[in-house]
Amino acid sequence: MAQHSRKGAQFQALTANRLADGIVVYLTADNRWSESLQDADVTEGKEAGEALLGRAQATVDGNIVVEPYLFEVTHNENGIRAASVRETIRQAGPTVRLDLGKQAELPGVHR
Amino acid sequence: MYRYDEFDHQLVNERVAQFRGQVARRLSGELTEDEFKPLRLMNGVYLQLHAYMLRVAIPYGTLSSKQLRMLAHIGRKYDRGYGHFTTRQNLQYNWPALKDMPDVLHDLATVEMHAIQTSGNCIRNVTSDQYAGAAKDEIEDPRIVSEIIRQWSTFHPEFSFLPRKFKIAVSGTPDDRAAIRVHDIGIQIVRNGKGKIGYEVYVGGGLGRTPMIGKKIADFVPKEDLLAYLEAVMRVYNMYGRRDNIYKARIKILVHEIGAEEMKRQVDAEFAEIRKTGALHLPAEEVARIQAYFASPAYETLPDESTELNKAVLADPDFANWVKSNIAAHRVPGYAIVNISLKPIGGTPGDCSSDQMDAVADIAEKYSFDELRVTHEQNLTLADVRKKDLPAVHAALKAAGLATANINLITDQIACPGLDYCALANARSIPLAQQISERFSDLNRQHDIGELKINTSGCINACGHHHVGHIGILGVDKKGVEYYQVTLGGAADEKTAIGDIVGPAFTEEQIVDAIETIVTTYLGLRQPGERFIDTYRRTGIEPFKESLYATH
Ligand code: HEM
Ligand code: SF4
Repeated sequence: MAQHSRKGAQFQALTANRLADGIVVYLTADNRWSESLQDADVTEGKEAGEALLGRAQATVDGNIVVEPYLFEVTHNENGIRAASVRETIRQAGPTVRLDLGKQAELPGVHR
Repeated sequence: MYRYDEFDHQLVNERVAQFRGQVARRLSGELTEDEFKPLRLMNGVYLQLHAYMLRVAIPYGTLSSKQLRMLAHIGRKYDRGYGHFTTRQNLQYNWPALKDMPDVLHDLATVEMHAIQTSGNCIRNVTSDQYAGAAKDEIEDPRIVSEIIRQWSTFHPEFSFLPRKFKIAVSGTPDDRAAIRVHDIGIQIVRNGKGKIGYEVYVGGGLGRTPMIGKKIADFVPKEDLLAYLEAVMRVYNMYGRRDNIYKARIKILVHEIGAEEMKRQVDAEFAEIRKTGALHLPAEEVARIQAYFASPAYETLPDESTELNKAVLADPDFANWVKSNIAAHRVPGYAIVNISLKPIGGTPGDCSSDQMDAVADIAEKYSFDELRVTHEQNLTLADVRKKDLPAVHAALKAAGLATANINLITDQIACPGLDYCALANARSIPLAQQISERFSDLNRQHDIGELKINTSGCINACGHHHVGHIGILGVDKKGVEYYQVTLGGAADEKTAIGDIVGPAFTEEQIVDAIETIVTTYLGLRQPGERFIDTYRRTGIEPFKESLYATH
């Protein structure tokens, strides 16, 4: 699987695509999948990250999501933000057609 | 136009039913993702960044109004009210859900459409000239050969597990609008000294990681031998093509490694074998049967000049500009070819809303024999419009927001989906194309600059044909930040060339200025009558390098 997290990443969250419709989702602290990054369980450090990835396996086996992976995030008083352009786009939709979908619903994430 | 025969009809319906079962078994967990992925890919279903993506085949880019209306309907019902026309003359939907996919394929099948041969290591959807049947200097309608190849290659058992995907393009005029020299096989229809029609064959072209220009290995394959010859090429490829390394598995690498001479020798030997058996001899009746699908529409006898047209050109400058850039000469007096730009200023190249599709379907039904084409430059074409109807067609297109007058000008750009949609991308393509379009929006300036093709890809796979753009832009990733590498001097026509890298990549902030610098440099250097590509070929890359990097 592709590597989407930096080696030295401090904070990580877990994402996947929902099987039935492909929509981007994030694993929460109580092992649900949420469409909002703000609900994501954020872990610190390598081992906690791996434990997070391990928790996803049951839902992959249960055919809820596909292709789970860890990615780097930052978090502060403004909430959780993805570190890379790629994951920001997955979180907030394309940076084009700002009239549609998540791009329209989450103003301010894309510049 | 081509109609399904019984055989196709049954096959496609069976495929839909089969896929419905596969999706149900995947959703219920009977099939794992590893088992299911190849099955969905065989039906044109990819998983992208945000959602699934469905790629619909539009063989040689020809569509009926009815089919376009169905594409509009699917966009509305299962997607977000739009679709994206691609450089492979296909349509992609960016947002359909997997659970709806069987219904989408079912709806497509009701208008004789499907997603077969849009993915996987098979012979892909054959592409061709959008002016087919209407071009002034056409030797033969390239869709006839394209259709013969489509029938031969669809589900051909020997060809569904090739070392890699395989793309064929056909051109019926000396002006190449189908980019045949960057396809695995390019077919140029020619007439020999005796007035007979046959085929020049190019092999080993392609873009992607290792761009190559196809080499000519046959000057004249007689009509009845075309399939035997193509089969010979496929056999040589199948025998020697490298399956061990995905990057080396395409025929371009084989041709590059053994050389065009050796490739020709091997193909000729195989061809001689196949010919002995006579198995793939194309009977004249079969050719005639397929030819009948593409019979000329019932053209009227008209004077070539249209007073209505001339009057409208004088009366309406917007219309005059549109005629200047978007209309091409037709072989029949009194008719014209209309190009519909899907590149509005600041828009997404190739995107078309469901409402716009319906509008184009209505216009095609009323003014162009109920039929239209998709171009590999991500535009649409109405091939057979009466000149006197052009003002009405323009007005109807304008009402649908489709009258952008920029065909072949700098804002008529190709761009792949890039990082806004694509899981493989390094960088975004569409916003770049949009910024360039805004920067050069002034139409007088566009006409002053003249023909200039800017092609952008978000990664080395080159879906946006950046190697063959007069100016090519390739998105690269440097530690999570988007950068853009620029190539100059590429071309995809009868003088196909791979662009030269101009120097270090630019940041997102710098790239649009860099493009403007390139354009200004050209304007300063050009001699009367020269297009950008002519100037570049005369001066080479140095003056552009200098103006781009000297001041930095
Ligand atoms: C968004 C989903 C897409 C994915 C995942 C994708 C993937 C790929 C990959 C992996 C290749 C390289 C294959 C190879 O070199 O053998 C490729 C090539 C290509 N793609 Fe796409 N593509 C996508 C969208 C598109 C679109 C929208 C277009 C048209 C605008 C397109 C047109 C092409 C073309 C023309 C090539 C051929 C380049 C060549 O000759 O090697 N693709 N694509
Ligand atoms: S060129 Fe790369 S980024 Fe663009 S669509 Fe193709 S695979 Fe995606």
